[in-house]
Amino acid sequence: MKKDIILAGVGGQGIISIASVIGYAALQEKMFLKQSEVHGMAQRGGDVMSNLRISHQDIASDLIPFGQADLIISVEPLESLRYLGYLSPTQGWLVTNTTPFDNIPKYPDIEKVIAEITKLPRHIALDADKLAKEAGAAKSANMVILGAASPFLGLAFEKFEDAIRFIFRTKEESVIARNLDALRLGREFADKYI
Amino acid sequence: MKIFLFLLRYNHNTIMVNKLLLLGDEAIALGALDAGLSGIYAYPGTPSTEITEYVQNSKAAKEKNIHCSWSTNEKTAMEAALGMSYAGKRAMVCMKHVGLNVAADPFINSAITGANGGLIVVSADDPSMHSSQNEQDSRFYGKFAMVPILEPSNQQEAYDMVRYGFDFSEKYMVPVLLRITTRMAHSRSGVVRSAGREQNALHLPSDLRQFVLLPAIAKKRYSKLIETHQHFTEESENSPFNTYHDGPDKSMGILVAGIALNYLMENFPDRNIPFPVLKIGQYPMPRKLVEKLESECNELLIVEDGYPMIEELIRGYIPGPKKIRGRLDGTIPRTGELNPNILAVALGLPDTTGLPVPDLMVGRPPQLCAGCPHIDSYKALNEVLEGLPKGRVFSDIGCYTLGALQPYEAINSCVDMGASITMAKGAADAGFVPSVAVIGDSTFTHSGITGLLDAVNDKSPVTVIILDNATTAMTGGQDSAGAGRIEDICKAVGVEEAHIRVMRPLKKYHDENVTIMREELDYQGVSVIIPRRECIVSVDKRMRIKFKQKQ
Repeated sequence: MKKDIILAGVGGQGIISIASVIGYAALQEKMFLKQSEVHGMAQRGGDVMSNLRISHQDIASDLIPFGQADLIISVEPLESLRYLGYLSPTQGWLVTNTTPFDNIPKYPDIEKVIAEITKLPRHIALDADKLAKEAGAAKSANMVILGAASPFLGLAFEKFEDAIRFIFRTKEESVIARNLDALRLGREFADKYI
Repeated sequence: MKIFLFLLRYNHNTIMVNKLLLLGDEAIALGALDAGLSGIYAYPGTPSTEITEYVQNSKAAKEKNIHCSWSTNEKTAMEAALGMSYAGKRAMVCMKHVGLNVAADPFINSAITGANGGLIVVSADDPSMHSSQNEQDSRFYGKFAMVPILEPSNQQEAYDMVRYGFDFSEKYMVPVLLRITTRMAHSRSGVVRSAGREQNALHLPSDLRQFVLLPAIAKKRYSKLIETHQHFTEESENSPFNTYHDGPDKSMGILVAGIALNYLMENFPDRNIPFPVLKIGQYPMPRKLVEKLESECNELLIVEDGYPMIEELIRGYIPGPKKIRGRLDGTIPRTGELNPNILAVALGLPDTTGLPVPDLMVGRPPQLCAGCPHIDSYKALNEVLEGLPKGRVFSDIGCYTLGALQPYEAINSCVDMGASITMAKGAADAGFVPSVAVIGDSTFTHSGITGLLDAVNDKSPVTVIILDNATTAMTGGQDSAGAGRIEDICKAVGVEEAHIRVMRPLKKYHDENVTIMREELDYQGVSVIIPRRECIVSVDKRMRIKFKQKQ
């Protein structure tokens, strides 16, 4: 099994946390992993993306070739479209938040952005911010998104729950529970959506 | 059999079982700690910053009392590392590629003095300029200084090369350059550790004149370096990091350096490359292996991230009969970072494309954070300069460089660390008044103080605005060398006390700040304005820690 994943968002939205959870789950399955991150200047409210590759075979490139990503996971709708050049046109899925992060002067009409997303044959679009609030974890929209992406990652759902328990192990029980709720709400949404 | 060995090495490097998942930067830091490092010296700079931070956060490093605090700039870092090497201990100095320009004087001369304790210089290049003003290739510096260069192709090699580099440095008494790129620095992969080893004991060079570069001694040392350089080539020919893979199809031979190997391998899912491949991880170039590749293949493809350094070397000035392909003939783009698709095209394999990005897409450039003190400073400055012809604000390297973008469009230059003050002075000398410099507190102590002294000595009519947010913000909030002493430094340099003005960059003081700036712009001498307010990200971080401690 091999999954090439593009993680997208705006600097500070927590895409590295998503990568950590998937990465931990993959390592428990004795998979190979390469993850290319963005540090430095781009983090100041600019667009950020990360290449995450997990595989049972060895991985060569740190970068995913164009047109070969299995999945784009985005915590922001406009950003989900920025990296379509990486997505496999025949089997790639796009999973994105629909709540815009508007910190630029000419953010496009959000209706049109959503229309571009929903016209893709394989997509999940969800208001992760709203679902996260429902879970009482307003800051865990990224975990909702991860839950919605979990059917496409080739790993059992419990693996992600285990990973969250491990990664947040120093936090309070209630924080872990809220993040697990967020993950589950995302998954339930995706299961209904597909 | 050879193919098998080549693949085995490659696979060995990526198996995940029992491995630590490390950034290239972290692998280098851990490699240094495990290889008996005594001190790391650096000024923060993307993509090199995490090397030093890893040591700073290491409990083991703290217990062993390993030096790891930030230096004022790359030159002081390089010199301190050389001093530690003189004293017989292993030292590492880390910087981004343009930092090596700042450290070039001690770096080049350290090749002449030679090392005593193992000395590794890490320079992190930034092809495609993700966070830099150019994409210069540090390998030229290594060649220039005539020191060996190591260039890892993955995180495991990055880890292993540090120990190898220290050993090499001590064997030949020469500093070693470790060259990485952004992708290596900031990509995470599995690393297996080697057994740790002790630090060196203090021991001085056997010849106490080794480091005295008086012409008579320097001449001898330089001859010795040239003599030893032949051994560097022999070492390269036998290096575990330079490997020759013999493929059956001799129509093309591939010479591939560092991380470019990964993009090549990506195009062969079974990892079985039909062509002979020479993989370079150690310089000077392994002449015998290059000659073997050249003699056996009809043409050569040269793949390297950065400038076409190897390609220029192989091509020479007078073209030979052999066809050589690479960045210089357009097979590979002349600039920018490599990727698997560029390799596919170069190899004549089918390229792959994804879906088109919709036309509504707009850019999302980085920007100053909400609540950033620089915003208030720029608002005041823009108001003061309103009505004057535009183009009179020289700026520098830091978060505040983002003031060049909308909505501020407040600055007109960003060249190198410290250039704001000196360029403003030069423009003022030319009669361009008022002339304004904008520089951060950390950049000021890095390279701005000497320029300010020039301005004071010439009584140049410049207004220097030192944005004091008490941190090195752009790289993630590292310590600022002159924190709390900026006015004292300016006074000591000779700026008149009456023209050192501190202000609070907050909306409620806007009018007051505009008045201060106006008064100092009118002054026909050197004035310094210090808008002082802590970086909003630092405040946030501090508050979170405080909150945690309270809980």
